[in-house]
Amino acid sequence: MDNKLYVSSSPHFRGSATTRRIMLDVIIALLPASVAACVIFGARSLILIGTCVATCILLEYISRKVMKRDTTIGDLSAVVTGLLLALNLPADINPLIAMFGCVVAIVVVKQMFGGIGMNFVNPALAARIVLLVSFPSAMMRWVSVPGTPETAMIDATTAATPLSPAALESGCYSYIDLLIGRCGGSIGEVCAAALLLGGVYLVIRRVISPIIPCVYLATAALMSFAVGLDPLYQLLSGGLMLGAIFMATDYTTSPLTKWGKVIFAIGCGVLTILLRRYSNMPEGVSFSIILMNILVPHIENLTTPRTLGKVKKAKEAKK
Amino acid sequence: MPQLTFPKRPYRTRGGVHAPHNKNTAHKQSLTMPVPEIVALPMSQHIGAPCVPLVKVGDTVDVGQVIAKSDAFVSAPIHASVSGKVKKIDKITMPAGNKVDAIFIESDGEQRLSPDIKPPVVESLSDLITAVRESGLVGLGGAGFPTAVKLNIPSDKNVDTMIINTAECEPYITSDHREVLENSWDIISGIMTVKEFLDIHRVIIGIEDNKPDAIEALREIADSSADVGDEIRVLPLKASYPQGAEKILIKACTGREVPMGGLPSDAGCLVMNVGSIAFISRYLKTGIPLVSRRLTVDGSAIKEPQNVIVPIGAPIRNVIEFVGGYKEEPKKLIMGGPMMGIALPSDDLYVLKQNNAILAFSEREARLAEPSACIRCGRCLSACPMSLQPVELSNASDRKDIDALKKFNAMNCMECGCCSFTCPAKRHLVQNIRMGKALLNKAKREEISQSKGGKN
Repeated sequence: MDNKLYVSSSPHFRGSATTRRIMLDVIIALLPASVAACVIFGARSLILIGTCVATCILLEYISRKVMKRDTTIGDLSAVVTGLLLALNLPADINPLIAMFGCVVAIVVVKQMFGGIGMNFVNPALAARIVLLVSFPSAMMRWVSVPGTPETAMIDATTAATPLSPAALESGCYSYIDLLIGRCGGSIGEVCAAALLLGGVYLVIRRVISPIIPCVYLATAALMSFAVGLDPLYQLLSGGLMLGAIFMATDYTTSPLTKWGKVIFAIGCGVLTILLRRYSNMPEGVSFSIILMNILVPHIENLTTPRTLGKVKKAKEAKK
Repeated sequence: MPQLTFPKRPYRTRGGVHAPHNKNTAHKQSLTMPVPEIVALPMSQHIGAPCVPLVKVGDTVDVGQVIAKSDAFVSAPIHASVSGKVKKIDKITMPAGNKVDAIFIESDGEQRLSPDIKPPVVESLSDLITAVRESGLVGLGGAGFPTAVKLNIPSDKNVDTMIINTAECEPYITSDHREVLENSWDIISGIMTVKEFLDIHRVIIGIEDNKPDAIEALREIADSSADVGDEIRVLPLKASYPQGAEKILIKACTGREVPMGGLPSDAGCLVMNVGSIAFISRYLKTGIPLVSRRLTVDGSAIKEPQNVIVPIGAPIRNVIEFVGGYKEEPKKLIMGGPMMGIALPSDDLYVLKQNNAILAFSEREARLAEPSACIRCGRCLSACPMSLQPVELSNASDRKDIDALKKFNAMNCMECGCCSFTCPAKRHLVQNIRMGKALLNKAKREEISQSKGGKN
């Protein structure tokens, strides 16, 4: 035999999953919410999404080049970040502000910490929080959606999110309004039904485990009940669905271990409702997820799985 | 002793992957390969001490004649697999890359049986252990652990269950499957002998449910009058890799866990490969030692995938030629299965005792995937049958972090490769963990030598 053989360490077969395919699945899962955004808020949503995605890809390409590392835009993770960031913004935000958000997400949070898999907080959420703090009025000026209940009642040009005190007091949104997105908010968060559809797709495709979304939502419902809020209304409004399904399940910034995921999701749920109920801001999803992101290494340390055959000692000697 | 019960369905095991089965040869009768012109018998075809040659160049040997042995406890003698003349004793490169002495025998084609061959007289457990030792038997499932050592259970261990490993979870390989279909009575009589001498009253035949015909065949004899006390049962297992790994099989069949760093006997179990148990029964009847074995020849580059019965030591090239040769240019040759087998540097190597398959793949399957950054998806954690954290172990290994390797129980990794198989970033997880285990072993050796030095 003359030809050379590949000699490598086993296993010699690999599964079919690839990073690119996983990211593509996330993009597919976000399509219903993106389409809903375009239907509800019109073409400006499409422009916003396009701007964010294109900027993120470009920034990822440039940062890798500047840092003299191999190009990674092929894994589609920059597309996911751009898409998620866009879905977290109000419809009529200045494109320059959105692009600044992309810089924060891709350059600062993702690439400066080593690229995919290395960031310690979710890039899109970190960018959203930076924008929220830097441009509070622009980030909280919700566009009114023609035909929604609150346009008639509160204001003609700007709307309130379902979580604003005015909306909560007047009780103008029905569950159906929240489910189909007949309300104010970030372009991707308003239509709970579209987000749920995407979530089901991700679980079926085994891209995400249902643990985080289910525990997050269940905890949030229980907490709402405990602090005297309407649980179902809380689940369907604001960024909770988007956060629980797409943000808290981000691989890099959520625990790897099963019980770690449970603790992480409980923490997110408790914090979200506490912030919604007692802080000055109407919304608390982003802050709670980011806070729990930071705790991930500690949560993982606490939840190391028991390996087969390892006998738990009653009290492990402390060094 | 409390009455042992048989599980109705397997106990739950964790992790595992769904590797494609590709059992292309399951329904083909095994063929016997003609005697090759030359065989090479390395002195180390088992786990344990290598053997020392008993013959010289120019000696005439017969089939079944002991040509090498060792006095060490963990070892197995080597027998001539063909009759003929010892041509040379020379170093050959083993699949793992190490060099060992090998006896080359030029066949005279007569396959004359050695006059020393006679069925052993077995009246006690120690007779059985001696006989199995002399037969040269090693675990035929792939690991190559001397069977006599396995049967020699320390007296402080209470072994109450024998598990017959018929899982055959590696893709492509069907040699055990064919053994069941072609030699089912050998299996049962082997089981009867071993369980009688070891006083074991529960035998579970663990077999993956992708072999319904083999399950049927085994059930038929297990239910027959031969099994007097109804002490042998067949337990179909979910077809999932690595169902046949010893610790996983024990968990699935008995619900018991082998303690970390322990042996099956610590969980009261004796695990025997189905081919090994059938061989014991044949050896006790005929006295012919381990001189041939069945192996699967398959893969995308093989023209006619087939199970072949070959003399131990046959050149791999001849085995492949016997089944019709290559269909296209092979780019990867594997001794064993695609999940845990060893990639060979060329087909200029020889069949070993524990060699259950030879697979040849063309470029498409052989091409190596380029690893990219870990995205922390956690698939390796869900896939690990030992509930380890492969990504943490792999990272610790990269950092050469001995403490972290210990903390994450690196030594409990059995290197099944599920983590690497499932990784979407195609990272070399198990490969890294292997290096980490080697680091740990080295650190342990240094510690021992240091503590010894300290005493002086």
